[in-house]
Amino acid sequence: MSSYASDTLVFARRNVEHIRQIPEKLLDVTLQPIMFVLLFAFVFGGAIHVTGGSYREYLIGGILVQSVAFGMMGPGVSIATDLTEGVIDRFRTLPVPRSAYLVGHFVSELGAGVLAIAILLATGLVVGWRVHTDALHATEAIVLLVVFSAAMIWLGTWIGMLVRSSDAVQGIVFMVVFPLTFVSSAFVPIDSMPDVLQWVASWNPVSALAQAVRELFGNPTTPVTKDAWPLEHAVVASWLYCGALLALAVPAALRRFRARTAD
Amino acid sequence: MYEKMVRHTTNGSVHAGVRAEGLGKQFGELWAVRELDLDVHPGTILGLLGHNGAGKTTAIRMLTTLSGPTTGRASVAGHDVVAQPSEVRRAIGVAAQQATVDGLLEGRLNLELIGRLHGLSKRDARRRAAELLEQFGLADAGDRLVKNYSGGMRRRLDLAASLVASPAVLFLDEPTTGLDPLARDALWQTLRDLVRDGTTLILTTQYLEEADRLADDIVVLDHGRTVAQGTPAALKARIGGDRVEVTVPLPDELPAAASAVERFGSAEPAHDVERLTVTVPVEPGTRLVDVVRALDEAGVDVTDVHRREATLDDVFISLTTTREHRERRAA
Repeated sequence: MSSYASDTLVFARRNVEHIRQIPEKLLDVTLQPIMFVLLFAFVFGGAIHVTGGSYREYLIGGILVQSVAFGMMGPGVSIATDLTEGVIDRFRTLPVPRSAYLVGHFVSELGAGVLAIAILLATGLVVGWRVHTDALHATEAIVLLVVFSAAMIWLGTWIGMLVRSSDAVQGIVFMVVFPLTFVSSAFVPIDSMPDVLQWVASWNPVSALAQAVRELFGNPTTPVTKDAWPLEHAVVASWLYCGALLALAVPAALRRFRARTAD
Repeated sequence: MYEKMVRHTTNGSVHAGVRAEGLGKQFGELWAVRELDLDVHPGTILGLLGHNGAGKTTAIRMLTTLSGPTTGRASVAGHDVVAQPSEVRRAIGVAAQQATVDGLLEGRLNLELIGRLHGLSKRDARRRAAELLEQFGLADAGDRLVKNYSGGMRRRLDLAASLVASPAVLFLDEPTTGLDPLARDALWQTLRDLVRDGTTLILTTQYLEEADRLADDIVVLDHGRTVAQGTPAALKARIGGDRVEVTVPLPDELPAAASAVERFGSAEPAHDVERLTVTVPVEPGTRLVDVVRALDEAGVDVTDVHRREATLDDVFISLTTTREHRERRAA
């Protein structure tokens, strides 16, 4: 194993050890999504009608996208904490490539993201969600979610280096993720919304991502009521969104890391 | 082994210790460090002495590749800090002023991970961690989370972390701050042992006593500038050893007290209007009873007279007054 890979794994292991010490750190990718599934499937779900299938099958695509988006929180909080506590200075005096630290965070967070996706799919199966397409499409759905997770982790990494304290990360992530996921097709079909919100939801990238996951799994989708290209071509648009997010967030995070650790 | 690391450059010799020429760091308008020259030979201890904000930490950050210098150059263990940061990092151990250990991990795991990042095998990293925990009296606490450590324990773990790779050059930023006297003495002994085995050590301190007890050479920093440089003995000879301090009840008494004690002093007495004291460096043979008699004969009302060792404050007072004297003479 090259020394870069082993350095990266040491940093990744450090995060895994943190979870061992504070298992609550994993709540946002384990219990929270399950809670959302149960809440929407059994409490709100009865009042929401979708065409072409059951609401529980509709729901899973939306919750998958929301949970993966919340994956920004983990790297954001950890990195902000390392920067404010000065631990990063110790690492910077070690004979280790500086990017190994960030990549180590990425590896462990991606592991948490994959875990969240797996837990959600299992919960979905329990409440009645099924794959209605072939293995190829289902695999594409899962790969899309993992790539989206990667993009969100780098976005969170960047946010973690922009803020002055780790407490701020939580506020920022909630402020971004909740409105984006609720004014989208994630939880309710778009045609049930007022006209103005239908426009917003149709162009909201979260709608396209949820739609793409549903299409690939063969689950019920939201009716397309407005002439929005991303929602009409959800799978292609989702890949483009993920590519654009990665192209933005990775260089921004690396640049910010250099700036934060310059003096 | 050090001979092998010695190189020669066009700008003069570079040795396996630490060298700096005209090293400076500017933050905005402020020069945190300026014109710092160092020449620390392998296997010796340099004490960087100064108050908070004197530039000690900035100097350490430049030498440990954490901060790029604005001016000048420096080499550590024979490697340029700007051009060869990776080589420098392989040769150094650093303990910052703020203990940079991971509170969410056990003490042992902190050391093991650092060992792994230094390229030690899993087994060697584990063995080294156990050794260091033993050496720093943390063997029983090794499997506890660091966030539950006391301040002194964190401090010791941080020092242990800086020694994981048995560095050739060790940088310690105020290593004894927050340690009780017993732990401090133990640390001093550890550091002396390390240096005897060939380690080069640069430490910062606010305590004259610490620099005096440990360092082969002292650099005194004030507002980023080097105000004095030399062996502890030479510095003490320059600033005088003991002080006699006279406390009076009213500010009006200060000039009378000063003129009464002036003849015992090796330099001019210094007033402190806030604390109502007159302080004067005295020759070793001076008897306190003579000072008291002189004050009595001059009719000065005195609340306290005592003799004490010179402090860092005295060093600065003495250094700045001598500089003012020089400047006045030059003008």
